[in-house]
Amino acid sequence: MKIHIRNGRVIDPASGFDAVQDIYIAAGRIVAMGAMESEMHAAAVGGITSLACPPDTDPPLDEPGLVEMLKFRAKNSPGPRVYPIGALTWKLQGERLTEMAELNEAGCVAFSQADAPIIDTLVLLRAMEYAYSFGFPIWLRPQDYHLARDGVVHDGIVSARYGLPSIPVPAETVALQTILLLVRETGARVHLCRLSSRAAVEMVRKAKEDGLPVTCDVGIHHVHLSEMDTTDFNANCHLIPPLRSQRDRDALRQALRDGVIDAICSDHAPVDDDAKERPFQESDPGATGVELLLPLTLKWAAETGLTLSQALDRVTRRPAAILGVESGVVAVGGPADLCLFDPGEPWTVSSRTLASLGKNSPLPGHGSPGPGALHHHRRSRRLPGWALSGETVPVRIPGVSPARSIPWWPRISDASAIPGAGCPGHCAVVRKAQASRRVPEHGFPLS
Amino acid sequence: MSAKPLLTPNLQLTADGRLRHLLTLDGLPARILTQILDTAESFISVGEREVKKVPLLRGKAVFNLFFENSTRTRTTFEIAAKRLSADVINLNIATSATSKGETLLDTVANLSAMQADMFVVRHASSGAPHLIARHVAPHISVVNAGDGRCAHPTQGLLDMFTIRHYKGGFHNLRVAIVGDVLHSRVARSQIHALTTLGCPEVRVVAPSTLLPRDVASMGVHVHHKMETGLKDCDVIIMLRLQNERMQGALLPSAGEYYKYWGLTQEKLKLAKPDAIVMHPGPMNRGVEIDSGVADGKHSVILPQVTFGIAVRMAVMSMVAGN
Repeated sequence: MKIHIRNGRVIDPASGFDAVQDIYIAAGRIVAMGAMESEMHAAAVGGITSLACPPDTDPPLDEPGLVEMLKFRAKNSPGPRVYPIGALTWKLQGERLTEMAELNEAGCVAFSQADAPIIDTLVLLRAMEYAYSFGFPIWLRPQDYHLARDGVVHDGIVSARYGLPSIPVPAETVALQTILLLVRETGARVHLCRLSSRAAVEMVRKAKEDGLPVTCDVGIHHVHLSEMDTTDFNANCHLIPPLRSQRDRDALRQALRDGVIDAICSDHAPVDDDAKERPFQESDPGATGVELLLPLTLKWAAETGLTLSQALDRVTRRPAAILGVESGVVAVGGPADLCLFDPGEPWTVSSRTLASLGKNSPLPGHGSPGPGALHHHRRSRRLPGWALSGETVPVRIPGVSPARSIPWWPRISDASAIPGAGCPGHCAVVRKAQASRRVPEHGFPLS
Repeated sequence: MSAKPLLTPNLQLTADGRLRHLLTLDGLPARILTQILDTAESFISVGEREVKKVPLLRGKAVFNLFFENSTRTRTTFEIAAKRLSADVINLNIATSATSKGETLLDTVANLSAMQADMFVVRHASSGAPHLIARHVAPHISVVNAGDGRCAHPTQGLLDMFTIRHYKGGFHNLRVAIVGDVLHSRVARSQIHALTTLGCPEVRVVAPSTLLPRDVASMGVHVHHKMETGLKDCDVIIMLRLQNERMQGALLPSAGEYYKYWGLTQEKLKLAKPDAIVMHPGPMNRGVEIDSGVADGKHSVILPQVTFGIAVRMAVMSMVAGN
């Protein structure tokens, strides 16, 4: 399919390019045009072109064969590119190391326990040492198993008032301290997933100043919500890690702004309605996030006063760097891996506007905070989805030489959640875009 | 599932400000609390009459849904409903439907189809009555009879009734709540009621292991020692210490707890000479309270139970629209 987009505002955080431009995709496809049947579709609708798949699939990604299968399935569905994260321990049981090298050859870009604990610290030490031998990054969500046991909310005002079992901040910081000390000891490259507290952010800040090879991310819901949103026993706000105090949330936002937190992840964990329509502590944790990553990132940017390019950096270039995959650029002759959206299009989060199978979001009713902020352009039926891909992207962009093009897609990754840890990769932001399939057979439409 | 607006209106009140459900005392205005206490006052005499019945709930079906075992609370709710002339159906759900895998909301939907007018709900999870209240038909009221560690509003109200009965009001009182506040829905309801009704000093007295970390955010003064906690108090409320908490990481032993936080005649002397001693029951004599104190002249523990019926009658008649 030939796709011609006129007068789009093209933003490429990697090269810093940001200008109004025509784009012509010679052999492209609109990824999200397929039937609405999967989370991959939801991701594509959310503008996500690549995602990192954590290993807590069923069965866990602890054998090369399973990774091959995942890759095969991803290849045959018209969704985003998938980067498998392998299990760090066999069956995620936290006892025996997986065959990391084999898994890496099969395509795993990192290793993780997802949300499963490693209770035995010696196993964690060995895992880091082993991964270090190959230079594999390890992704860990710091949480002390015992301190977090049975908890469902932050140990704060809401747990005091409602008597809900709580997860204190030390559940995060004690585990984080252990990880940081082991990083210091082993030199292993560790990515910390979904930090939730101010104290943890300060520890990472210090660790980075000390030159430790650590990076970290935050879940998009934690950028916007706090424990105060769990009032009313709203089970949609039952998340892992728990939403913490407003002070914690403000610290996360600040750290994201100043770069201590490297990336934002969707923390996509859809839960079906039956598992949410229960008393809070009996409900399953998690929320749909993959479609909200981009809009909520832009909402954060608008509230924080960052430019689109700066904000998109947190969901494109930086996650790609964490994943260790080469980030593409928007270049003439390069691959198309674009995300189209209209920042002026109003969109309200509701079960009707979400494509994900999980409709549970803590944010129903949240709307546009103002000009230049979020919102999908779901209204436009002519462009049912908006992750675009293609074999070539003959885009003519002044100042960007075709030589920079690379033979694969630009990435978007996401840190941690399931099918959907995803970040929209290179984004072409199109304002009042027109998609046309009637493009001259030869020559590029020019600016 | 429908989209839920961020700011839900107070579930417990009707649009014109009357009591619709009683789920928690957190956020209920003093006006409503006082109205419940005043209404209860008028029901006190009903229990002393030859015919202990008033026809306020005649023809209404009240379902006691107890997902957790209870004898005292269920019985007093049953008596209260019967004195209001309601038809009472007791369901001990802990041993029926949900053990067959039915969800809470399905159970409630089924019972609603049996023409229920009111659900009295006890559940082991905080917030369960809120969930039910959000899903019932407009003519059905929900009364919380204790949910998880969150709230036990009728117990909190009967304690307020007791305090008002013996002390005349709340404005000059110093009240100490002693014991396992962390796991206590009763303590939470008492704290909300006391602070709403204008009690100037509410204290919680317990070791740190038995207090929520941010308990001070509820407007109470935190004391770890009885010596300071009971000093010059007008009201002492002892909380039950459950057996499973008596050993392990929360407390080393029942003996040590009794020695430092049990209410003895000796410690009672720290309070004002006319202080009253309350306990929501059931008591552990010799663990949190000395027998001599429980049966002594300061104790108002049995009147609390009697007042409980009048308070529950008041609540039920009010949520039913009377």
